[in-house]
Amino acid sequence: MNAPKPTKAYFYGTCLVDLFFPDAGMAGIQLLQRAGVEVVFPEGQTCCGQPAYNCGFFEEARAVARTQIALFPEDLPVILPSGSCAGMMKHHYPDLFRGQPEEAAALAFSARVYELTQFLVDVLEVRLEDLGQPVKVTWHSSCHALRDLGLKGQPQALIGQLAHVELAPLARERECCGFGGTFSVRHPEISGAMSCDKAADALATGAEVVLSTDGGCLLNVKGVLEAQAAPMRVQHIAEFLWERTHAR
Amino acid sequence: MSDARPDSRSAILARLRAAGSGGPLPDLDTAVLERRRWTPAERVRRLRQGMEAIHAEFLEARPDDWPAVIRAFCEREGLRTLLFGPTTEAGRRLAEAMAGSATTLRPYDAPVETFKAELFQSVDAGFTTTLGGVAETGGLLLAPGPREPRLLSLVPPLHLALLRASTIHDTLWSAIRALGWGQAAPQNALMISGPSKTADIEQTLAYGVHGPKRLVVALVDDLPGSPK
Amino acid sequence: MHGETDMNEGGPSGRFAPSASPLVHPHVVTERSPATTSDLSFRASAAKALGDVQLRANFRRAMDGLMAKRAAQFPDPGDLQELRDLGTAVRARSLLRLPELLEQLEASCSRNGIQVHWAETCDQANALILGLLQAKGATRLVKGKSMVSEEMHLNAFLESHGIESLESDLGEYIIQLDHETPSHIIMPAIHKNKGQIARQFSQKIKDAKYTEDVDELTALARKVLRQKFLEADAGLSGVNFAVAETGTLCLVENEGNGRMSTHVPPLHIAVMGLEKVVARLEDVAPLYALLTRSATGQPVSTYFNLISGPRAEGEKDGPREVHLVILDNGRSRIYGDPQLQATLRCIRCGACMNHCPVYTRVGGHAYEAVYPGPIGKILTPQMEGVGLRHDLIHGSSLCGACSEVCPVEIPIPDILVRLRREATHADAGSKVAGKGTGRTAAEDLAWRAWAAVLKRPGLYRFSVWFATRFRRFIPGGLPLLKAWTMSRTKPLPAPRSLQERLRSEGLPRV
Repeated sequence: MNAPKPTKAYFYGTCLVDLFFPDAGMAGIQLLQRAGVEVVFPEGQTCCGQPAYNCGFFEEARAVARTQIALFPEDLPVILPSGSCAGMMKHHYPDLFRGQPEEAAALAFSARVYELTQFLVDVLEVRLEDLGQPVKVTWHSSCHALRDLGLKGQPQALIGQLAHVELAPLARERECCGFGGTFSVRHPEISGAMSCDKAADALATGAEVVLSTDGGCLLNVKGVLEAQAAPMRVQHIAEFLWERTHAR
Repeated sequence: MSDARPDSRSAILARLRAAGSGGPLPDLDTAVLERRRWTPAERVRRLRQGMEAIHAEFLEARPDDWPAVIRAFCEREGLRTLLFGPTTEAGRRLAEAMAGSATTLRPYDAPVETFKAELFQSVDAGFTTTLGGVAETGGLLLAPGPREPRLLSLVPPLHLALLRASTIHDTLWSAIRALGWGQAAPQNALMISGPSKTADIEQTLAYGVHGPKRLVVALVDDLPGSPK
Repeated sequence: MHGETDMNEGGPSGRFAPSASPLVHPHVVTERSPATTSDLSFRASAAKALGDVQLRANFRRAMDGLMAKRAAQFPDPGDLQELRDLGTAVRARSLLRLPELLEQLEASCSRNGIQVHWAETCDQANALILGLLQAKGATRLVKGKSMVSEEMHLNAFLESHGIESLESDLGEYIIQLDHETPSHIIMPAIHKNKGQIARQFSQKIKDAKYTEDVDELTALARKVLRQKFLEADAGLSGVNFAVAETGTLCLVENEGNGRMSTHVPPLHIAVMGLEKVVARLEDVAPLYALLTRSATGQPVSTYFNLISGPRAEGEKDGPREVHLVILDNGRSRIYGDPQLQATLRCIRCGACMNHCPVYTRVGGHAYEAVYPGPIGKILTPQMEGVGLRHDLIHGSSLCGACSEVCPVEIPIPDILVRLRREATHADAGSKVAGKGTGRTAAEDLAWRAWAAVLKRPGLYRFSVWFATRFRRFIPGGLPLLKAWTMSRTKPLPAPRSLQERLRSEGLPRV
């Protein structure tokens, strides 16, 4: 017997989706709602704190993270349209709050965190019906989704459910796109070289669109493709899935 | 001068102790090593496969004819000198079999200083016995010593090694345990899996960079049930 | 690839003439005191390396090959994980008992006739080795690979005292001829192609004709080096693992130069970092299995050489004396921190560099450090000072490809984050070298401002509103944006943020 599927969940928008990919946020909420989940979007969301954490400014990261944890008091799953932010909340909050007064609360919170595709596949076991035109896409795994969070093919499984979508894998699917947060501006030369290689890899697949679950990677690859005037779009997986599966 | 700087020693150890990194020792779960087990015949097959992949060569022999097999090999290859340890049982049998051969048997029975230049410049091959082999990856186990010196398997351009099929162990781990090296390690112990090699130039494999250019294993089939 | 030649310890020739090569930056520090400022710039040297198309192609091809070969050696993810867990446990146990194991190693070695010496600093270790050589009147030393000796800049030191210190590993020999340092800890000459090596050999080896044939080049080196082995007064090696119970020094190699260096000359000196000790000989087996497979995708090296003593009574060869120099050089300080201690688990396989997207693109010299790549990024700053190497610890996207393949599961990204912390904060109780010396008022202010905004939803909302409304007017000249737009267009915020839409439209209803 499977556990009963949750009927209510929190949605955490993340700062990058909020500012750059609001359609992806909307789509994520709708994908959950369609699967029978009542979505709660608490006011007061800002950022998971990862940028400061990754640079070693733990007090600053904690000050922000503390306010975010407080927004999710009920024992409900917390769904993020980002592998990186979910990885931060799930795997680095316990470190960040070790020995702090909020440690127990942080641990309890972390245990409830899911990345969107992870939740759709592993918990909700959604089945998607493809209503779109045939299209060829490629998939970029964000490093944090892959290695911090341990995403294991859930996005590809969802894409695989779409009858008219051909998934052309990247030659180096597991390689970093070069974003790396502050790395992209502290070491712009190395980051740029990695990003250009990722864009070239994507272009070589012949896909029309490169999909990912992380705003940082999307912003990065999009910037490179645009700078090269390359004929390829980037899109957040949530937006892509919703676009193809809802009746207009 | 076994310890020129006792002050350094105590300072280092004091710093390490001060760190006081306590905590329980994690368990060693060796299941992944223990389940690598094969039948004797399979061990032979794996060892050969592993070593042939890295250019070791094999001569097939029986317990009664291996000296003759080695003699035939030496003569076929036109080896002029074969260095060996004369005091092992295998060495004695080899000496008998090589009597009158075009290949001269040269005993390694004096300190290397007495013939170092000759060793480096005019010995064609060295013969050693082995203590066994390793099936998992391929490899010969040797413990050089007074009877079979260390350089016998290193300096001559061809290393000829005698391996009895019955002495092949499953893994390096099981071999170390079975040979008791963890209790009393030989002065020098070796695992040798092939001829000397390098890939330091553009990752292109080249053999015989410093040590033997060829490793030839005389593999004696002494498994029970094998044709005598 | 079998380039690990000597997978052991892996060490290089010295930087005795660092300025002779444009690839090497003058940076000779033996005893390093944590510095606060630095003219070392990973960013600048990486940028230069990125401009070298041939170099990038060489590394990419080499690293692709190494990754594929490693993967082929671990076909079963379950077995791999079990083996990694075992290897990690062996190393963790060794570190937990480090002081007692070192004492036991010393006692076992002494019993076996190996003389043990301790050095707190590279200078002490160099002086010790010089003393041992001078006591024997030795003027010709042949070396197997040893990264620790590279740490010590031993070659330069000995040359300055009139002792020839010759690298005998082929890759090390190649770079020593050019006065270069290794660009990889296992494959030191991986940055060179055979044309370069051919030219170099024809110019620098007596009577050598120009050839690009790898077998002929190898034969040339063999001829020169065998004469050197024959004539050497002493040999030096690193140590891959030192076994406390049996007093055994384990060396992993493919070429045989390690055996030549340790068995032919009358004097053998081994150098090791103090973390290399393991309790039992059988504990070495899983580490060895992980090392060769992780390093070069080999199930087994050509030679695994276990040395438990000098020439014994009745033996006809082998060194008359064996000495072991145990070097600290900052390791005991690293050991003092429970999190950073994991750095010392490293078995120097180089898999982290083979899998690193940064290393693959810039190569080893760009790091301006003895240890390049991800392990170098955490080791070098801890040895030399985190402030001094601030840009090195930020030269990572934290992608985690390194820790994913690390055979002893060193959490390199977590340690990088911790070192970023240490570089910018002088926390009481921290023992990290140079802690707090990378702090700048600008960065400090930036993060404070960041937190001030993000912990106040109203301020955040206003900032987002501002960014969306003026999205096309963000000045491209802002320093961070300028860096970003070197390869990319300016990021364009959406016209209205997700939260703004949710506030005005409410949640969507499906």
